Amino acid sequence: MNPFNRRTFLQGSTALGASVALTGPALLDWAKAWAQTAPWKPERNAQISLLRWKRFIQAEEDAFMELVANFTKATGVKVNVTNESLDDVQPKAAIAANTGSGPDMFWGLYSLPHLFPSKVIDLTDVADYLGKKYGGWVPSAVTYGKSGNKWIGIPVAYNGNVLNYRKAASEKAGFKTFPKKTDEFLAYAKAMKAQGTPGGMALGHASGDGNAWVHWALWAFGGNLVDARDRVIIDSPETAKSLEYAKALYETFIPGTASWNDSFNNKAFLANEVHWTNNGVSIYAAAKAGNMKEMVDDIDHALWPVGPIGKPTEFHVAYPIMVMTYSKVPQASKAFIAFMMEAANLDPWVIKSVGYLTPGLTAYEKNPVWTSDPKLTVCRDVAKNTLTAGHLGSVGEKAAAALADFIVLDMFANVCTGREDVKGAVKIADRQARRLYRTS
Amino acid sequence: MADVALDPRTAKRPLLHATAWDRLKVNHNWLGLWFMLPAAAILVLFLAYPLGLGIWISFTDTRIGRSGVFVGVENYEWLWDDTVFWLSVFNTLLYTGVASVFKFAIGLYLAILLNQHMPFKAMIRAIVLIPFIVPTVLSAIAFWWLFDSQFSIISWSLKKIGFISSNIDFLGDFWNARWSVIFANVWRGIPFVAITLLAGLQTVPPSLYEAATIDGASRWQMFRFITYPLLTPIIAVVMTFSVLFTFTDFQLIWAMTRGGPVNATHLMATLSYQRAILGGYLGEGSAIATAMIPFLLACILISWFGLQRRKWQQGESND
Repeated sequence: MNPFNRRTFLQGSTALGASVALTGPALLDWAKAWAQTAPWKPERNAQISLLRWKRFIQAEEDAFMELVANFTKATGVKVNVTNESLDDVQPKAAIAANTGSGPDMFWGLYSLPHLFPSKVIDLTDVADYLGKKYGGWVPSAVTYGKSGNKWIGIPVAYNGNVLNYRKAASEKAGFKTFPKKTDEFLAYAKAMKAQGTPGGMALGHASGDGNAWVHWALWAFGGNLVDARDRVIIDSPETAKSLEYAKALYETFIPGTASWNDSFNNKAFLANEVHWTNNGVSIYAAAKAGNMKEMVDDIDHALWPVGPIGKPTEFHVAYPIMVMTYSKVPQASKAFIAFMMEAANLDPWVIKSVGYLTPGLTAYEKNPVWTSDPKLTVCRDVAKNTLTAGHLGSVGEKAAAALADFIVLDMFANVCTGREDVKGAVKIADRQARRLYRTS
Repeated sequence: MADVALDPRTAKRPLLHATAWDRLKVNHNWLGLWFMLPAAAILVLFLAYPLGLGIWISFTDTRIGRSGVFVGVENYEWLWDDTVFWLSVFNTLLYTGVASVFKFAIGLYLAILLNQHMPFKAMIRAIVLIPFIVPTVLSAIAFWWLFDSQFSIISWSLKKIGFISSNIDFLGDFWNARWSVIFANVWRGIPFVAITLLAGLQTVPPSLYEAATIDGASRWQMFRFITYPLLTPIIAVVMTFSVLFTFTDFQLIWAMTRGGPVNATHLMATLSYQRAILGGYLGEGSAIATAMIPFLLACILISWFGLQRRKWQQGESND
């Protein structure tokens, strides 16, 4: 007897515009059917080891592990998942690439596969399969995923880094809606501070939140670390303007943000210490999970204000997945990537992670999570809007090193904390960037 | 038959012609060499080879994921006028210097205290070891909370008492951050110094103190002319180790500040890790790590020549 029928298969394979999500046995039936028709046949007795970034939202990980279990049931391929904190995935992957042994797959951030493009397998067939089926990839996904003509990683999803704010306090300060322009935003920050409900954004070595806001500020005023040919152009009047703006903004922050790493603002926001900050939607998710009703009602999210250059300059975290060349199970790994990004799996996963993940395939914009809760709608477009690491320049190892070395973040922190003037801070950043981008 | 029996070649050869191999078989030095070999192999494999490889990589442009080519001293040239690198050198020297002085002073004081007769002596000695036993990362996280910019119990308590009106910015202000990480390091390092010096104190023969008491020596004189000189070799060893551990510290800084704010607490070890492993520039990271070697060698030489090679240690009197 056939364990599935064509109807369940089709339901599961079209992105969720339809309201029916497959669950339980029906989902498993779909998974089995998928395994039989998928273009990738796992190797005999294949076992995949996968190292991923450690979840920020428990429900997200639960949903992920559920789809892993279904993959195993449908294909017989066991998947061993290990978790590492976000900052540790890159060194582990780099060492595995260097030594030629380790997990078959890494799921990391930003331009990870570009650090060792020759050590990861060609995933063009998977990218094409998914792109055709789900309305194509957003531009940043193509930039992050492709090296030359080859796809070397699949950008599974993005984590929107948006502004989190308290509605009541903002309204009291005279802002019914969140500011859409940088100068309004500064006025907002000042008003919030004046009434004793200040905000704050991380200026410590915070790879996620810190990098997100300083790059937004730099780009919003037209500043750039490098140009399209990877020449360092940070020393510009635009950079100086963005630094002066950031300093003015910093004056309104709660004290201590120079020491903040990625988790400080979450704690401070949940404890009513700050009333606006930049973060993923994980604060909202944590408030929901902790039954903090008042907080849940009062919190909202907004996209980044637009600066003088007149277009959004958002910088969201990208999570690409890759398969290493030393893996003995490339087919099983490819099958797994395609499987996890099928609507039947990805849609419920996005819903359960309360919008923390935004897929890089346009068809997923129709996921009901973006409309069922208006507070999450802003995250729908983060994949489409985000600029990539290195922005105008290449997304390769130089851009990744510049991020890891906190060149832009330290430049802003230098100015904001008053340790250096604008000229001095730019000079240091320029010198650091030239070191990484030198061609000799 | 008789000819054969008298043939000197067959009858006397074992006595006259012991081969080199025969001699070697009973040579103690030769045997000793073989006994040393496993230890030497371990040292070469796990110490000399990585060290040599690290130094070699610092002369190449190796990135993570691909091997590099020899670039001479280019990495060092770039470091030479790199303000962040020199800041990390300054931080490392400050961190090591200040922390070591405090660890030595407090450690010695504690050791002398613990050497006295007191109730629950064994238990108190065990308690003193606690900071050393707790995994560094755990104690670093505890300090991280203590020094939190918003939720610090220290700030909270001082505010409640009324000493301060706003939170102390422990890890966000440059000098506060430096003193905070130094404090954490001192807290963690004291037990090692104290317990080792205590062991040294217990080897000082009580008869010397008795003789000094009869001669009417004061407590300070007893410390200055008996305890301190007899303790010097141990102090040299303990402080060499302590300085080396502090100089190469990584975990405390990484867990507490990641080198922030604005690199004010970046040590050479953390900067090397940031650039080599997170940034992927193995060549440059190795150059920073290699740049630590001269400092470490200097420490060892100072302790070796300055403190350990005293003549009295070899049974002669001091000049």
